[in-house]
Amino acid sequence: MSLLRVENVVKFFGGLMAVGDVSFDVPQGCVFGLIGPNGAGKTTVFNLITGNYNLDKGKILYKDEEITGMPTHRVVTRGIARTFQNIRLFSNMSVLENVLAGCHCRMSAGPISAMLRLPKQRAEERAAVARAIEELSFAGLEAQAGNLARNLSYGNQRLLEIARALASNPGLIILDEPAGGMNEYETTSLVNLIERIRKRGITIMLIEHDMSLVMRSCEHIVVLEHGRKIAEGIPSVIKSDPRVIEAYLGSDEDDI
Amino acid sequence: MIDLRMIIYAAVSVCWLVAPLFLGNYHTDVLNNIAIYALLGLSLNIILGYGGMFHMGHAAFFAIGAYATAIINTSYGIPVLWLLPLSGILAGVFALVVARPIIHLRGDYLLIVTIGMVEIVRIALVNNVFGLTGGANGIFGIASPTIFGHQINGIVNPKHYFYLLTAFLAFTITVFYLLEHSRFGRALKFLSSDSVAAEGSGIDTSGYKLAAFVIGAFWAGMVGNLYAGKITFISPESFSFWESVVMFMIVILGGAGSIPGVLLGAFLIIGLPEYFHGLQQYRLLIFGFALVAMMIFRPQGILPPKQHTYATDNASEKKVSS
Repeated sequence: MSLLRVENVVKFFGGLMAVGDVSFDVPQGCVFGLIGPNGAGKTTVFNLITGNYNLDKGKILYKDEEITGMPTHRVVTRGIARTFQNIRLFSNMSVLENVLAGCHCRMSAGPISAMLRLPKQRAEERAAVARAIEELSFAGLEAQAGNLARNLSYGNQRLLEIARALASNPGLIILDEPAGGMNEYETTSLVNLIERIRKRGITIMLIEHDMSLVMRSCEHIVVLEHGRKIAEGIPSVIKSDPRVIEAYLGSDEDDI
Repeated sequence: MIDLRMIIYAAVSVCWLVAPLFLGNYHTDVLNNIAIYALLGLSLNIILGYGGMFHMGHAAFFAIGAYATAIINTSYGIPVLWLLPLSGILAGVFALVVARPIIHLRGDYLLIVTIGMVEIVRIALVNNVFGLTGGANGIFGIASPTIFGHQINGIVNPKHYFYLLTAFLAFTITVFYLLEHSRFGRALKFLSSDSVAAEGSGIDTSGYKLAAFVIGAFWAGMVGNLYAGKITFISPESFSFWESVVMFMIVILGGAGSIPGVLLGAFLIIGLPEYFHGLQQYRLLIFGFALVAMMIFRPQGILPPKQHTYATDNASEKKVSS
């Protein structure tokens, strides 16, 4: 069963076609890779799914319900969480508070119950903090809970973004270049983390330039070039697809 | 460290409570003004401090609360304190209507629109809209508040009014402290830190911005009620753009997003000039220099917000170290 369905999606930026008629299905429970050269429109596709951009044409369905054009926070509430290519943490807030941001959409206390400190609100706060600590432990960051987010190392900041996304209790998590700026060791633990996320029953969709990570983690890959889908399949097929090799390395004709 | 802070807060609170016993009526009235502006600063702090929205029209909400109280009290004789919630609600509804279309504006754009808003409100008051506001002369003869039949007259006996204001200030501080450290307060801090990330974490950023405006306006409206009951005479002059600037400065100078900061800001900006009357002519000059120096050396304000610690923080740290 497909968890997410992207149907004939088109997005223009002015006269430039960023995404042209792209369709694919993300099956439930798999690790799905979206790859392609720089400027191929990968992040744009992510932004269309999460509602950061409005699409010009096409449809996006999550769990067979249309989420096209829905505001981002409602997409997150539906169960699609994301991380950002250029890390976007609340840098002057603590690591724990950053994860609490992810818990937000699973909480319900409003300003009035906060002002009156109702028992229900306090219980909810405690539960959220416990949940946040759990997610931090899952990402291996529990020792950093009280630190400011900006004081974390680059690799840990990426992990914190993942922990924040997981705290929103997603069915699908979208990772935009999770290994960007990570060293070999950090990348290996990221591969482990991705596997552990998958074991929790969360479907993963990722953009990545680190091909070894993509080939190790992903079960299904879609390749974009100039906003169009040029290949789709399992890693071994993608690796030997001539169009993919051409897109990444350039063909002989380009040299002439 | 925390203990020292608590001792200082306790000492300052005690000094504040006993101050009128040692001060004359004039200086007590200065304290009343500080309390009014502290309340206004705290209500603006929800919007500007936590929410990070540059709102320079807060006097408009203050004016609506004060005028609502004045008009209803003088026409129908309803006691001032009974009108406290209604003044807040009217200001809140006004904020909801006005802020809704401008809520997506960022930084300086919002600033300009809110300046426009406060000017429109002031001009509407001067022009005696609907024949209700008394034009440039304002409204006379607002009754003083009464509690259990005991009249609290802000002019004749500012000491009584001082304790009314202090009670409301204490209530406000408590409630806003709880709000700051709740899901709502955090959401505002998230969206002011990075609205894209906040939205991407599942926070309805425009909804929360609007809610911040409504709560801030609701409170400013209630302060307007207490203000009208205190001086029993209001005119459009009291709600000019300059008043909005003063509130803005209180929050920025004291420390945006910090309750102690805003209280200190109100004391410095409203209180100090009163106690240095001899320097009257240099007042604004010194003020200007102080603000410039602040922005250069301490842009986060005198008392910036402290990191909030959560109950389980320590527990998890212990677990890791053992």
